Amino acid sequence: MKKFQLQSITVACTIAFTSFFVHAQQTVKIGFVATMSGPAASLGQDMYDGFMLGLEHSGGKFGGATVEVFKEDDQLKPELGVQITSKLIERDKVDIVAGVTFSNVMMAMAKPLADSKAVFVGSNAGPAPLAGAQCNASFFFTSWQNDMQSEAVGKYAVDKGYKNVYLMAPNYQAGKDSVAGFKRYYKGAVSGEVYTTVNQPDYSAEIAQMQAAKPDALYVFYPGGMGVNFVKQMRQASLLGQIPLLSASTTDGSTLPALKETALGVISGTFWGPDFNNPASKKFVADFEKKFNRIPSQYAAQSYDSALLIDSALKKTGGRATDKGALVAALRVADFKSVRGNFKFNRNGFPIQDMHVFEVAKDNLDRVSLKTISTPLKNLSDPYVGDCPLK
Amino acid sequence: MSINLLLVQALNGLQFGVLLFLMAAGLTLVFGIMNFINLAHGALYMFGAYFAALVYGATGSFLLALGAALLGMFILGLVLDAGGLSILHRRDHLDQVLATFGLLLFSNEFVRWAWGNAPLFMDTPLVLSNSIKVLGFNYPAYRFAIIAVGLSVALGLYWLIERTKIGMLIRAGASNREMVSALGVNIGWLNRFVFALGAALAGLAGAMVGPILSIQAGMGEPILVLTLVVIVIGGIGSIRGAFLGALIVGIVDTLGRVLLPIWLRQLFDASVANAAGPALASMVVYLLMVLVLAFKPDGLFPVKVRQQ
Repeated sequence: MKKFQLQSITVACTIAFTSFFVHAQQTVKIGFVATMSGPAASLGQDMYDGFMLGLEHSGGKFGGATVEVFKEDDQLKPELGVQITSKLIERDKVDIVAGVTFSNVMMAMAKPLADSKAVFVGSNAGPAPLAGAQCNASFFFTSWQNDMQSEAVGKYAVDKGYKNVYLMAPNYQAGKDSVAGFKRYYKGAVSGEVYTTVNQPDYSAEIAQMQAAKPDALYVFYPGGMGVNFVKQMRQASLLGQIPLLSASTTDGSTLPALKETALGVISGTFWGPDFNNPASKKFVADFEKKFNRIPSQYAAQSYDSALLIDSALKKTGGRATDKGALVAALRVADFKSVRGNFKFNRNGFPIQDMHVFEVAKDNLDRVSLKTISTPLKNLSDPYVGDCPLK
Repeated sequence: MSINLLLVQALNGLQFGVLLFLMAAGLTLVFGIMNFINLAHGALYMFGAYFAALVYGATGSFLLALGAALLGMFILGLVLDAGGLSILHRRDHLDQVLATFGLLLFSNEFVRWAWGNAPLFMDTPLVLSNSIKVLGFNYPAYRFAIIAVGLSVALGLYWLIERTKIGMLIRAGASNREMVSALGVNIGWLNRFVFALGAALAGLAGAMVGPILSIQAGMGEPILVLTLVVIVIGGIGSIRGAFLGALIVGIVDTLGRVLLPIWLRQLFDASVANAAGPALASMVVYLLMVLVLAFKPDGLFPVKVRQQ
């Protein structure tokens, strides 16, 4: 009897002490991983700036808890992504890992993240395996699955009545996925399908080849510097405006500052543009421009959303990230005002969302920006969710 | 594929070859005459592009930008040589490779630090921003300007090396340093001039590609590798070899990129051809180099050495 009393007192003390301790601590640690050096550094920087603006808009706290952000640069190296993951989880003991710019780094980080049962809130990379067979109940993405952007453009090509499209992409997984995504909705004739060497600087030969095929429209996927070169060379050959140029990840916030007027008229597809008219988006764009003196890219918008998502979840858990089950359940509800309007998670942790098509055009301040021209796909689910065993 | 398309692609190859020549001329002179392997040549190309973009952005004059890249890189060449590279002339090749490769890496980081990670952009000069119809194809006028500049440089170099006193000394220095310096010529200054000339040509190449490509850290490496291939194929130290080698590499690379996927598609199904085509096409130039090395190790157009 006495022994039992002693035990229950110990337990009671422990409970009291733990709850006091947790209450006093109320700090949430977040590891933000992105590519912040090398040619793609502007993407990672935009992600980080967007995330930090989201934190600022949440009052500098997430769900009332003090936030400690560990900023990490993966240098676009998958092996470094793995090292960073274990450092964040084992040494820094972060509650949530966020960010991640590139799919190859994401794929490398997925296993250590899953093994340690970490909570992950991604805001750019959306590789197919993580949406399908390798989906994970505690992984969330506030961006899009890679295929969704090209699917929107494929549907747009159908809506415009293009009968004969020429396809070009770099010869690696993301390039092939992008072409496959386009063709999932576009069923017309393909007058050429060309895969160029990754980081090829000059496209004069391919552009001549394309002219000979006389397509109704051209679809390309050329992220980063490749996009800058390709669009410039199309302009120099006076082909922009003559052949409609449809694209994914080619004219976005990372390349438009370099391309400016050269890219006017290029079509691209994604989930959000800086001209969106909802209050959340307007507030985000205005404050981002005030703070950083540039138009926010979609990468900044996705990461801003991820900060708001984390804030909404921690509000529900009373600022506590210790109970992972509760945190994951609260994240899944996605009770926040997204810059894209409606926001809902699919069972694989990717959003179900409208995908829009944009044209590079001058905004009302005469700056080169993206103008929303149509919404070819509403409430789009990614094509891999069927392979995801989660309920 | 129609004959017109083939001709247009050959024109693309010619333009690429001419650009490679601007790089290869400097590299082959420095390598052939000073026996100095300069991997930092890629960095000089990159600096040329940055110089040109900055001057073009500030003044709006493309000719000034070209002049600035030429002169700026000539001076930078003099400074680099005087500031330490000349010590390496008498070291073995491994030391030279290590030192200049280090310089290349340093330059990339320097450019990132000075001008940021985002690529710089250089507008096409207005008079050349249109395209010209060639055999029914839109061909950018600017690319004709590249061909014109490259061919004039080739003629100018030919005149300099073969028809002037300086050229005579350079040729003499290449075959017998000691004798030339014993005749009272300052061989150190002669080498410095050659090095700076090479740097200026690399800078000119960088400036000329500015309006076509994005100007960013690391842009020099891919073209440096091809340039090394050019001078190996053409024969080290020979301007004529560099010129013909550059044209061969330019045309073979361009036509390989275009024709191989087409041929493969006739042999295999589309997915295999699409995967293998680009991979094989990027190997063609290197295969050519292997063949040349196997059968003519001195290159296709080696410098004629008079037997003693």
